[in-house]
Amino acid sequence: MTATLLYLSQPFAQHALIAGALVAVTCGLIGPFVVTRGMAFAVHGTSELAFTGAAAGLIIADNPIGGSLAGALIVAIVIGALGGRERERDSTIGVILAFGLGLGVFLLSYYHGFATAATNILFGNIFGVSNDQLLALVAIGAGVVVVMAVVYRPLLFVSVDPDVATARGVPVRLLDFVFLIVLALTVTAAAQVVGTLLVLSLAITPAAAAQRWSPNPLAVSGLSIGFALVASVGGILASLASTTVKPSVFVTSISFGIYVVSRLVGPRVARHRRRGVPDMPVADMVASA
Amino acid sequence: MAVVRLRDAAMRFGARVLFEHLDLDIEPGEFVAVLGPNGAGKTTLLRVLLGLTALSEGTVEINGRAPRRGSHDVGYVPQQSSFDPDLPIRGRDLVRFGLDGHRRGVPFSSASSRARVARAIRSVGAERYADAPIGRLSGGEQQRLRIAQALIGDPQVLLCDEPLLSLDLAQQQGVSELIDARRRAADTAVVFVTHEINPILSYVDRVLYLARGRWAAGAPTEVLTSEGLSELYGTDVDVLNVRGRIIVVGSDESAPTEPGGHAHHHHDHGHDQGGPGGSH
Repeated sequence: MTATLLYLSQPFAQHALIAGALVAVTCGLIGPFVVTRGMAFAVHGTSELAFTGAAAGLIIADNPIGGSLAGALIVAIVIGALGGRERERDSTIGVILAFGLGLGVFLLSYYHGFATAATNILFGNIFGVSNDQLLALVAIGAGVVVVMAVVYRPLLFVSVDPDVATARGVPVRLLDFVFLIVLALTVTAAAQVVGTLLVLSLAITPAAAAQRWSPNPLAVSGLSIGFALVASVGGILASLASTTVKPSVFVTSISFGIYVVSRLVGPRVARHRRRGVPDMPVADMVASA
Repeated sequence: MAVVRLRDAAMRFGARVLFEHLDLDIEPGEFVAVLGPNGAGKTTLLRVLLGLTALSEGTVEINGRAPRRGSHDVGYVPQQSSFDPDLPIRGRDLVRFGLDGHRRGVPFSSASSRARVARAIRSVGAERYADAPIGRLSGGEQQRLRIAQALIGDPQVLLCDEPLLSLDLAQQQGVSELIDARRRAADTAVVFVTHEINPILSYVDRVLYLARGRWAAGAPTEVLTSEGLSELYGTDVDVLNVRGRIIVVGSDESAPTEPGGHAHHHHDHGHDQGGPGGSH
């Protein structure tokens, strides 16, 4: 415990905590939209390609963050340009993802210290965050929060009710595209904390857990951000205390724990069980008969 | 003064004509059913009235102005959607979208927006389930909330696109009654696109029938006749009046698609038609 407190006065630990909190807020914010829009696989695909980008960035310019950002943005633009239905989108992502991972491994094989670099990109290297990287993360995080604050309401409308949103003149395609860009930015930032392989634990799990507690979209957003913060900051603190285990292990474990607890005791589950069958046309028939 | 005014309106996609030389005035409080086979242009006409699609020719006015996207002059009721049961959206949120869903920002609610949403929910009798997740409601409950969503902006015209599809008979009645009551109470014109007129037959003032690039408009008894529809379709069509219900039968398989014929029920529950509406 004293060791942990000692670490907290060190810049590397402070950087890690700030970066972790920022990433948690952005992931928690976009998470419910990812779940509602059925884009979990798009998140995974984008983060895998962020790995390829990071590997390329490392080789070409010794800049993995810039590379992963470029990789994620390219994927987002490709997914957006393809448009299409969910099933088509998912198979396309699968195709790009598989090729991208292979390409990333190929690129890294030209890098000295292959194993360390690959591990850092795939599983995160939050304690290695430099001043410049921290600034980049702050800029990305602030950008995501501002954009989401502007598009939150119409994006929610489009995500749950695309037909009526279209009829009401909401720019559906534009919002779809904006969300893909926001997703790419968030994934890039999150990959610095938990690594590209484990981004889902901050971008999906807290939102999925939050949904168990309330059907109110604003409450779900708030809970999702809260859960992500607990997992991210808690994971980093636990890693400082343990000194040998990587933070991503703790982040993903805490995140998963919150999800399991939410599923078991969340009120939505109880209500569903009590009612038995989810549909209840009987009441309506009585009302209008 | 007419709230919807179409003058010499035409809609074409390449060589295919959906309708042309269409003149139609819809008065406040009038209930107009738009009928016709699939692909005849019913939904396209709605898109024109919503300001989403431009006419190929002619003019369209709503309240004396060209239709604008997102205008509160019109309300829109879609067919029932299949929402995921875990979707974190309550009926209340769905209704709220009708008020300001298109606007930027975060939907924190003010006292006045809360009151308007509550009033709209009360007007369709949905208080009991307005706070339940939308994906756990029955088709009829969902459609009531849809009507609240469409009416919250106090539109002069209510555009309905197959709102009764995949509802059971009792739900169809409840939803139709609600729409009828509203147009009487607030003088809201109703444009009701449907492939099945029988559930709304007693409310309909006029029918607009689109088929094979031609159209006919008038009271149901004038338009829905064997002679009239045979002329529209260009083939022999029989219109039967059975116990107050209208059945359209074509000799040509491809001709009329109502009643029931090509309804594509994309949702399984609430499918039990329970009555003659489902007979093919």
